[in-house]
Amino acid sequence: MIEARDLTVAFGGTVVARVPELEIRPGTIVGLAGESGSGKSMTALAVLGLTRHLGATLTGSVQLDGEELTGLSERRLRHIRGRRIALILQSPRAALNPTLRLSAFARRALVLHGVPRREADARLRSVADSVLLAPDVLERFPHQVSGGEAQRFAIALALALGAEYVLADEPTSALDVTVQAEVIALLRRVRDEHGVGMLLISHDLAVIDNLAEQTIVMRAGDVVESGDTKTVLGSPSDPYTQELLAAVPTIAEGP
Amino acid sequence: MSDLAATPARPRAVALRLGHDPLALAGAIVVAAVMIVALLAPAIAPFPQDAGAAVHPLDALLPPSHAHLFGTDEVGRDIFSRVVYGARTSLRISLEVLAIAALVGIPLGAIAGYAGGLIDDAIMRITDVFLAFPALLLALALAFVLGPSVGNAAIAISITWWPWYTRLIRAQASTVASSGYVASARALGVSHARILLRHVLPNSVAPALVQLSLDFGGVILTAAALSYLGLGAQDPTPEWGLMVSQGQSLFTTNWWAVTFPGAAILLTAVGFNLLGDGLRTILDPRQALRDRGT
Repeated sequence: MIEARDLTVAFGGTVVARVPELEIRPGTIVGLAGESGSGKSMTALAVLGLTRHLGATLTGSVQLDGEELTGLSERRLRHIRGRRIALILQSPRAALNPTLRLSAFARRALVLHGVPRREADARLRSVADSVLLAPDVLERFPHQVSGGEAQRFAIALALALGAEYVLADEPTSALDVTVQAEVIALLRRVRDEHGVGMLLISHDLAVIDNLAEQTIVMRAGDVVESGDTKTVLGSPSDPYTQELLAAVPTIAEGP
Repeated sequence: MSDLAATPARPRAVALRLGHDPLALAGAIVVAAVMIVALLAPAIAPFPQDAGAAVHPLDALLPPSHAHLFGTDEVGRDIFSRVVYGARTSLRISLEVLAIAALVGIPLGAIAGYAGGLIDDAIMRITDVFLAFPALLLALALAFVLGPSVGNAAIAISITWWPWYTRLIRAQASTVASSGYVASARALGVSHARILLRHVLPNSVAPALVQLSLDFGGVILTAAALSYLGLGAQDPTPEWGLMVSQGQSLFTTNWWAVTFPGAAILLTAVGFNLLGDGLRTILDPRQALRDRGT
């Protein structure tokens, strides 16, 4: 379980994200909603200790199965990043090195985390198969794949690395609607079949409503509401959540 | 757009497109010719020993003829042979200078751009110190201190040359450092050293490669200038700049002693520049457009 308490990210004296409590259990999805700049992404980066690379200070506590992560050395954190907790980024194609084929990128990541080189390709291929990614896609360069393929690849890589948790930062926002639905279905399978715990960051409440058991709503760096998704999105107590919900376009039911 | 620009260019595609640019093609032919001449100098030069300290008093200052295509110099050495061997000297200096400049400048620029902050400031202020002096003047001073020789000229020019690569790469590397794939590499637990080597360098090195091809001509000119001023190659080294300097007092009476080595410098420098321009248009079309003011 990932357990964060009083997580605070600040640039200089300016607090950009403050999360009093965040718990991600294996096999569950926690939704994190809010508009741009509300501190959603910072929260995900903070869990992995990546905020320091942006020049931010991080206080509070993050525990992974009881092990405190804040204050761990960069070397120790590197063993956790990717291998135990994966981060999936918003623009899937920009997250890939343009000079490397997807397979080369994945092979390096797997070897880095101790998978024998011979095994790496086989493992990637079998995982790619399970996320319905055609084997020839793996031999392409990033500019030759679609956003949906790139996002599937990111998820496949997380699974190949054996990640127990996935922090997905707007995993569907850069994709068109039909591809979005595919990726959402895939995330659900990853949770159900692989028992992965997930933090699903999205400004799209429909996506969160669809997937998450628990939901946290952030605004301007602060958590304004949290709890069961049904409660938070069904009968929001905070005016901001109500406002966000009102902004979700609805399609009138047919006759 | 950025996806297209980042596509790695294939050598064969580059060669094909060079063929469609007549100026670049001309440059490529000249460069290829100079390289072949340098490689095959012993086979091409009719009097290989004249590239060294040979002295033939009876043949001094003969005008161009069938036996001596470019005539002879004041100690009777065949100028054609010396110009042919001079291609070796010039290319050697250029290769040495650009290798040193690239090996020092490119990693420093990548580190500065990726690390940012204090490291960036420290590296870039050092380059500022070097860039504050006119390059030729600094090279002259350094060559004077080191003592005149071909090797020292190469070192002196290298010292003035690397900061340009550092600057060029730094700008690119700092863009790459904030890119999504560096962020994702970090999130995958990749160390700084690996990110630099595998992600930042390959994606920021293209402009430096173009600059390297453009700089060949510049280094040849600078090396010739140092030798011309007596701070580079020394007699009997066959070096074009040195030959121009030795022959210039004879220009009114024996025009060939200065004309042929001078023409060799001109042709080689222009050839490399045309090729470099062509490569830039292919590898970095947006930069080429900007330079043309479009």
